[in-house]
Amino acid sequence: MTAIARATRAELARTFSVRSWWLLALVLFGYVAFTAAILALFVSDLGALMGGTPVALDSAASAMLVYTTVTSIGYLFPVLIGALAATTELRHRTITPTLLAEPRRGIVLAGKAIALALVGALYGLVGLAASVGTGAAVIAATGGDPALDDPNVISVLARIVLAMTLWAVIGVGLGSVVGNQVIVIVIVLAFTQFVEPILRLVGGLWEGTAQFARFLPGAATDALVGGGLYASLGALDPTMPSATTLLDWWQGGLVLAGFAAVLLAVGSLTSWRRDVT
Amino acid sequence: MHGPTITIEHLTKSFGEVLAVSDLSFTVEPGRVTGFLGPNGAGKTTTLRALLGLVAPSAGAALIDGRRYRELERPLAMVGASLEPTVFHPGRSGRDHLLVQAIAGGIARDRVDAVLERVGLADAARRRVGGYSLGMRQRLGLASALLGDPGALVLDEPVNGLDPEGIRWIRGLLGELAAEGRTVLVSSHLLSEVQQTVTDVVVIAHGRLVHQGPLESLGGGAQVIVDSPQRDRLASALEAHASVHPDPRGLLVTGITAAELGHLAFSQGIELSQLATVNEGLETVFLGLVGDDTAAVAS
Repeated sequence: MTAIARATRAELARTFSVRSWWLLALVLFGYVAFTAAILALFVSDLGALMGGTPVALDSAASAMLVYTTVTSIGYLFPVLIGALAATTELRHRTITPTLLAEPRRGIVLAGKAIALALVGALYGLVGLAASVGTGAAVIAATGGDPALDDPNVISVLARIVLAMTLWAVIGVGLGSVVGNQVIVIVIVLAFTQFVEPILRLVGGLWEGTAQFARFLPGAATDALVGGGLYASLGALDPTMPSATTLLDWWQGGLVLAGFAAVLLAVGSLTSWRRDVT
Repeated sequence: MHGPTITIEHLTKSFGEVLAVSDLSFTVEPGRVTGFLGPNGAGKTTTLRALLGLVAPSAGAALIDGRRYRELERPLAMVGASLEPTVFHPGRSGRDHLLVQAIAGGIARDRVDAVLERVGLADAARRRVGGYSLGMRQRLGLASALLGDPGALVLDEPVNGLDPEGIRWIRGLLGELAAEGRTVLVSSHLLSEVQQTVTDVVVIAHGRLVHQGPLESLGGGAQVIVDSPQRDRLASALEAHASVHPDPRGLLVTGITAAELGHLAFSQGIELSQLATVNEGLETVFLGLVGDDTAAVAS
C-alpha cells in the first residue's frame, strides 16, 4: 500500500473514531430537511393559495430549487468538518503521534484532503437524503411533480455531491493555513453566513462587479450545481444580473477546486511546516 | 534484536531569540538504558523532538543508525516514542488511538491488543481518553511507543504521574527492553527517578552537554552527614581527607566512610553530635553538574 493510501485510511479512522462527524451530519440533515420542506411548500400551488404571487417556474426548476438547498445552505458543514480535521490535531496536540507515524507532512496533508473529500461526498449524500427525501415528498403531497425522472435533475443531484466534496477539501486547506480551531470556525461562519452573501448581493448589482462576484466560492457552487437559492432569486427577478453571469457548471467546479488547491498549497508551505513543540 | 544507535551530532536549536539546544553531541547505544537528564528547560524535550523529526534543527543533526527520522521506511517499527501524556484526543478511545496509529504506521492491527495487554490497559481500552488518569495516559503513551515492536524506545519523562507500583513496573519493563537488545533513551529531570533503571547517563544543562558515561562515572559514592558542637574544628580536620560542604543538617562530607570519619574524630578528640551515611550522593553530584546548588542543599 502506498504512503498516501495509508495516510488516507488513517485519516478516515481518525474522523470516524470521534463524534463530531455524525453530530455535524445530523445537524446538516435536520437543517436541510427543514429548509427543503419549507421551500417546497412555497414553490407549490399551496404557496400561491396562501396569498403569494404565483411562481413562474416549471416543475423541474422548482424541484431543483428545493433539492439544491443541500449546497445553498448546507455547504457550511463539509467545510467545517474539513477545517476541524486539520485543526483538531493542533488543538489536542495529536499532531505529535500523527507525525511520528508518518513524518512526511505533505503526505499527511494529502491523506487528509483525500479522506475528507470522501467525508464531504458522504455529507452530500446525507444532504440529498434530507432535501430529496422531504422535498420530493412535500412536492408530491401538494400535487406537484418531484421531477426525479428528469435527467437534468439527476445530473444536478450528482453535481451537488461533487460540490460538497470540494467544500470539504477547501475546509482542510483553510484549516491547514489558519491552524487555530476557534479562529477557523469564526472565519468559516462569518464568511459563509455573512460576508459572501453580502458580497454577492452587492456585487450582483452592477455588471462590472458581477464579473468578479461570480468567482466567489458560493457563486461558483451555484454555477457547479446549476442553480441555487441566489441564482433562482435572480431568475425570479430579471433586474438581478447575477443569474445571467453565473459561470458554466464545470467552470464553477474548477473555481472551487482552485480555492482548495491554493489553500492546501499555502498551508503546506506555511503553518503545516512549523515545528511541533 | 539489535537496536539502532542514536547519535546527536552538534545539534543546535533556537526558537527565535531563545537558544534551547547548543552544539549538543552524544551517542546512545543498544542494549543499555540511557538516562537523559537535566533540569526542566535544559533542552531535553527539544532534543528528543528534533530526533523524531518534529522540530527542525537550526544546525547539526539527530540520527537513528545514521538516518534522519523522516528517512526511515516504517518509523514506528524502528523507533517507538512517548513524548507527553497530553497528545491524545479526549473524545477518542485508547484503543482507537492505537488503531489509528497502526493504520498510519503500517503496523499489523493485532499488535494493538497485544500492547494494551502489555501495559495493563486492556480493561480501559474502549473508554474515551478524556476520562483517563495521568497514569493511564502514560501507559497509553507507552503502548503507542511499543506498537511497532521497535528496536529503539524514546521516552520523555515516562515516570511522571505513575503511582509507586507503576514506577516499579516501568523500571522492570525498561530493563527487559534493554536486555532484549533494544536502545532505550529515557529522559527525566530527576536522577533519583531513573537511578535504579539506567545503565548510562547523558546530563545536559542550558542546552549543553555536561556529562556522558556509565552511571558509575557520576561518582557520588559514600556521603556522610556529620555534626559536632565544635563544627569548625571538625571541618578543618576533615578537609585534609575529604571534601566538605556546609549543609543544613551539619556538614556534608564525600570521599570518606562514616567509620573512617568516626575514627578520625575520635583520634583527634572531637565530639560528634551526629553521624549518618546518606544515599542521595548521585543526586547531589547530578545537581552539582547541572549547576543547581540551591536545589542540592534543599534536597
